[in-house]
Amino acid sequence: MDNIFVICEIEDGKVADVSLELLTKGRSLANQLSCKLEALALGHKLKGIEEQIFPYGADVVHVGDDKRLEPFTTLPFTSIIVDLFQKEKPQIALLGATTMGRDLGPRVSSALQSGLTADCTALEIGDHEDKKAKKIYKNLLYQIRPAFGGNIVATIINPDCRPQMATVREGVMKKEMFSKTHKGQLKTIDVGSILKPEDTVVKVIERHIEKNRINIKNSSIIISGGYGMGSKENFSVLYDLAEVLGGEVGASRAAVDAGFAEHDRQVGQTGVTVRPKLYIACGISGQIQHTAGMEESSMVIAINNDPGAPINKIADYVLTGEVMDIIPRLIKSYKKNTK
Amino acid sequence: MGLKIIVLAKQVPDTRNVGKDAMKADGTVNRAALAAIFNPEDLNALEQALRLKDKYSGTTVTLLTMGPGRAADVIREGLFRGANDGILLTDRAFAGSDTLATSYAISCAIRKISKFDLIIAGRQAIDGDTAQVGPQVAEKLGIPQVTYGEVIYSAEKGKISLKRRLERGVETVECPMPAVVTINSSAASCRPRNAKLVQKYKHAQTVTERQNQSEDYIDLTNDRPYLNIPEWSVNDIESDLRMLGLSGSPTKVKQIENVVFQAKESRHVQANDQEIEELVKELIANHTIG
Repeated sequence: MDNIFVICEIEDGKVADVSLELLTKGRSLANQLSCKLEALALGHKLKGIEEQIFPYGADVVHVGDDKRLEPFTTLPFTSIIVDLFQKEKPQIALLGATTMGRDLGPRVSSALQSGLTADCTALEIGDHEDKKAKKIYKNLLYQIRPAFGGNIVATIINPDCRPQMATVREGVMKKEMFSKTHKGQLKTIDVGSILKPEDTVVKVIERHIEKNRINIKNSSIIISGGYGMGSKENFSVLYDLAEVLGGEVGASRAAVDAGFAEHDRQVGQTGVTVRPKLYIACGISGQIQHTAGMEESSMVIAINNDPGAPINKIADYVLTGEVMDIIPRLIKSYKKNTK
Repeated sequence: MGLKIIVLAKQVPDTRNVGKDAMKADGTVNRAALAAIFNPEDLNALEQALRLKDKYSGTTVTLLTMGPGRAADVIREGLFRGANDGILLTDRAFAGSDTLATSYAISCAIRKISKFDLIIAGRQAIDGDTAQVGPQVAEKLGIPQVTYGEVIYSAEKGKISLKRRLERGVETVECPMPAVVTINSSAASCRPRNAKLVQKYKHAQTVTERQNQSEDYIDLTNDRPYLNIPEWSVNDIESDLRMLGLSGSPTKVKQIENVVFQAKESRHVQANDQEIEELVKELIANHTIG
């Protein structure tokens, strides 16, 4: 009772990074709350899966192995988790904010009538005073997340309902092995006694990997390159920065015409209009045809070796210098200052 | 025999159009500067419903929205694009609902509608980005869900077949009806307004809206009942009041921090390690990155 559960995601016999990140976070929360960290692994042919989980500090690993649990479908997973949580009564349950976690989390929370906060960017422990009810809650999970299109950051709590559930995106938390030799207890879930025929009515007919189309419009961070990037190869530093910041790569028309980037990435009058939270313009002079497509960005950083580039006039921050020199330093500094 | 489809739609502030004027000088959100729009992915959901209506004769599409009185705009917009009718669920009792209380209220309204084959909703709304209401409605109704839908291939012989778009690929699934399906923005865009339907439904209103209108319009609904947008309050649905609004919401907002962008004038950052580091720390501190 009152432990922390991490619902692990397993792909081809491997525990997903996001789950290991949550286990790392869960371990530190468990230490803070003096409770146990428990993990749940559901799927098929999971023999030995606990060996991947224990080093991240799990005290208990529950394994449910059944062919009806692979590939993932919502209903059987929900039935097993609800059954387990009703018995174990965890205080906190964490899932990856993946397509699986964001499908499963709300269904489980609804069945348990418990609160769920999606896409948290930070999890902390803290107290809460309900002034109206004159009640003080100790050691609640603060679920911190951006909302309102990223314009506000909200701290959400679940004062009364348990478990306090949260999903977190991959890469938000740090993944850190607790101890290579750490061993916990393995518990087997009797899947057969829980699943009912109505749990398996949804059938996955086909699955395949399909490259997602580029869609920079929905990205809250865009790193764009212009003709000043010099070559297609040099664009790779922009992809590196986009990856660490969780953004997308855009391009000016001149860069697209020069073959540095695909047309889908073009920002401006003949491309797409974007309004991200952060727009980093690299080697872009700032012709009106380009700025028309990005001037409503909340924040603009211009990186250019020309101190007189027109883009500088609409930028909030101007870095004058070589893109190829500045970007790697930005990445290094970002990595140093996060996690 | 056509299908009976319910589309869940939400009116949301257009958080994508946040320009620099969206923040007031005191750092709070300037809601007046944000237009209220039809949640984008709910339009993708509506299109999937309308395609089924085109494909299976006799199919009807009913919009259901929960929100303040002005959310009737969402119903009208749906009627202009091809929905058959719509219901506005509106009551002070719903105020302060989190996703769970919202799902409960919506599921109670759906139970009142009673007959349906399919509920289609956008994956998530752009004001909260939680993607929770669809699955929670499905759970409350005790029916299966399929999230992240992109194309509904068919809905016949008691089951739907559709394509899901996930992080690392696509999946084709079959699911018995009734079911809840949520649709991604990667799905087909919604068809535009139809001029004939705009003419037909431009005076469609709720009772509350009509109260503020001249007599002429009140008479209109006598011979044109389709101009009446039903408005359901908490008294029109069967529900447990404790599960609605704030009391039905397990999650509470403890604190809101506005993300303020102070840089108005361009600031010049020297391209040395120290200044780059300061810039990065500033961006992390004001939640622009990280």
